[in-house]
Amino acid sequence: MATKSPIDDPRIDPHTGEYAVIAPGHTFRSVTQKIAGLVLTSNTPLGWFGGLTVAGGVATLLVIAMTWLFVKGIGIWGVTIPGAWGFAIINFVWWIGIGHAGTLISAILLLFKQTWRNSINRFAEAMTIFAVVCAGTFPLIHLGRPWLGYWLFPYPNTMNLWPQFRSPLAWDVFAVSTYATISVVFWYIGMVPDFGTLRDRAVMPFAKYMYGLLSMGWRGSTRHWVRYESASLLLAGLATPLVLSVHTVISFDFAVAAMAGWHTTIFPPYFVAGAIYSGFAMVLTLAIPIRKFYHLEDLITLRHLDNMAKVMLGTGCIVGYGYCMEVFMAWYSASHWEFFMMWNRMFGPMGWAYWLLILSNLAIPLTTLWSRKLRVNVVYLFVLSLIVNTGMWLERFVIVVTSLYREYLPSSWGTYRATKWDYMTFVGTWGLFTFLFLLFVRFLPIIPISEIRMMLPQTKIRPGGADAETVVEETL
Amino acid sequence: MTPREGIYGLLAEFNTPAELVRATEQAHRAGFRRMECYTPYPVEEAAVALRFHKTSVPLVCLLGGVMGMLTAFLMETWITLWSYPMNIAGRPLFSWPAFIIPAYEWTILFAGLSAAFGMLALNGLPQLYHPLFNAPNFRDGASTDKFFLCLEATDPRFSILETRALLEQLAPVSVVEVDL
Repeated sequence: MATKSPIDDPRIDPHTGEYAVIAPGHTFRSVTQKIAGLVLTSNTPLGWFGGLTVAGGVATLLVIAMTWLFVKGIGIWGVTIPGAWGFAIINFVWWIGIGHAGTLISAILLLFKQTWRNSINRFAEAMTIFAVVCAGTFPLIHLGRPWLGYWLFPYPNTMNLWPQFRSPLAWDVFAVSTYATISVVFWYIGMVPDFGTLRDRAVMPFAKYMYGLLSMGWRGSTRHWVRYESASLLLAGLATPLVLSVHTVISFDFAVAAMAGWHTTIFPPYFVAGAIYSGFAMVLTLAIPIRKFYHLEDLITLRHLDNMAKVMLGTGCIVGYGYCMEVFMAWYSASHWEFFMMWNRMFGPMGWAYWLLILSNLAIPLTTLWSRKLRVNVVYLFVLSLIVNTGMWLERFVIVVTSLYREYLPSSWGTYRATKWDYMTFVGTWGLFTFLFLLFVRFLPIIPISEIRMMLPQTKIRPGGADAETVVEETL
Repeated sequence: MTPREGIYGLLAEFNTPAELVRATEQAHRAGFRRMECYTPYPVEEAAVALRFHKTSVPLVCLLGGVMGMLTAFLMETWITLWSYPMNIAGRPLFSWPAFIIPAYEWTILFAGLSAAFGMLALNGLPQLYHPLFNAPNFRDGASTDKFFLCLEATDPRFSILETRALLEQLAPVSVVEVDL
């Protein structure tokens, strides 16, 4: 394949010789006005109200389904013996996996100094938090007696009861609650300087007051910035092992059980890769309409989409390796149960789900994403992101259902059929997610303003200020 | 009336980070120590010119992490061995490998919260009022596209006329007095 000479490439900044991440011609003031203007405008687009209404309507389904669940109990769901785990755990794993890309973008890419992430990290983090909200709902309402949910935490009580720390389900509580807390803290700390900007630019007294409170009096002092940068790097360094551990712990829920199809050592890395794969797909699903709707093509450029597609290609290959390894181990282990499980997964009554998953997670994305033309084709990427999200949901469905419904004893074989309440709960969380996301897009800075400023060529202390650098160097 | 009673300091505004860094360096050479730069994004060179390199945020974070790890591990040990011993499939009560996972999570939880809240505490935030917000050009600039150097009145070398003259030499856009 002929490569373009770097000089002709329009994506290279002629001044620095580096790949430009955002479109040229912006100043500190123009990027500030552009991003702050989205929030501070008094003209809320009509489409936003429409979207909020629809999302709120869909979220109502969740409220109805949960109310009925609390009245009647878990029996309204399709879970039964042998399929004791159904939609609740599938949706939990799916949602939390989606959240992981947000942490990956905000933390791991920050540590690797991938500045292109600056445009997308804020809403990727928001996506993480809202996805964790949706994910956390499922285990809680699956408890049977959700009003006793606080029993999951170790706290001194008159019953003298404590959690059982040798169970992966107790580990889950620690992993997910830590993940939710750290994600919120990281997100909020990241927004503090931008709240300062919004406070200073707001016209309405109420907006001034609210952003003023949220900014905690941020004034951009250099000593503050030094500590702030240090804390951001530390949080990124902590979030990186955290995100890997969370999906590892979730895979332990399966891998620790003595169940054919679950009891494999490849689960932790394979779950983490799958989480990042579906998470990047979700970032694309959200980024493509947002940049179009709010005209942010200058800040979220085709290079961002191209890079995210490349990450999907990489993690998709790891996921593909995981699928191959599962099949290989089913044969190589020489275990009758493993062999039967894999045969049943592929050709049993729910074999269609397996092949649909292979089609949407491997066959379509991993053949087409090699082409740069398709990686920068916005419409194609959007459709593909939906396909991959469906595929990753099916992956969890296949793992949970096909392993359970053909038990060791043929006399206990059964099947799994989700009820309308299962579907309502699941669809309702989409509504909740979209509802929260629309609120975020309207009231909070969706792109980190201070980090975008750092990517402008004006930050370079060179033109006219060459002596400034030497002055500093000489005196040190 | 001495100027110290009513004045927080003198605030010079610059258009570019390079000018700010040069001015800060000159002010430092002139012997000023109680001064601060205000910028819309982190300018490392300004911190160098202020001779401010070390923060204790990493130390706070480390202490938090160690505390989280010990808290979780000791809590699990105490609960499983003494407070609520249970025989789970004949495994030993002190099954420490299983305890690592919650301890790992709480290490990160405590370390992350310490880093975030430690940073805020060291910065003296939240502090909703600050004299600088009285300066007419500060709020439209410091959080958007201007670079400020403030020489504070508490510095022993501060004298309103001489300090203003010093700042005027550094080619600022403006120099304003900031009221307390």
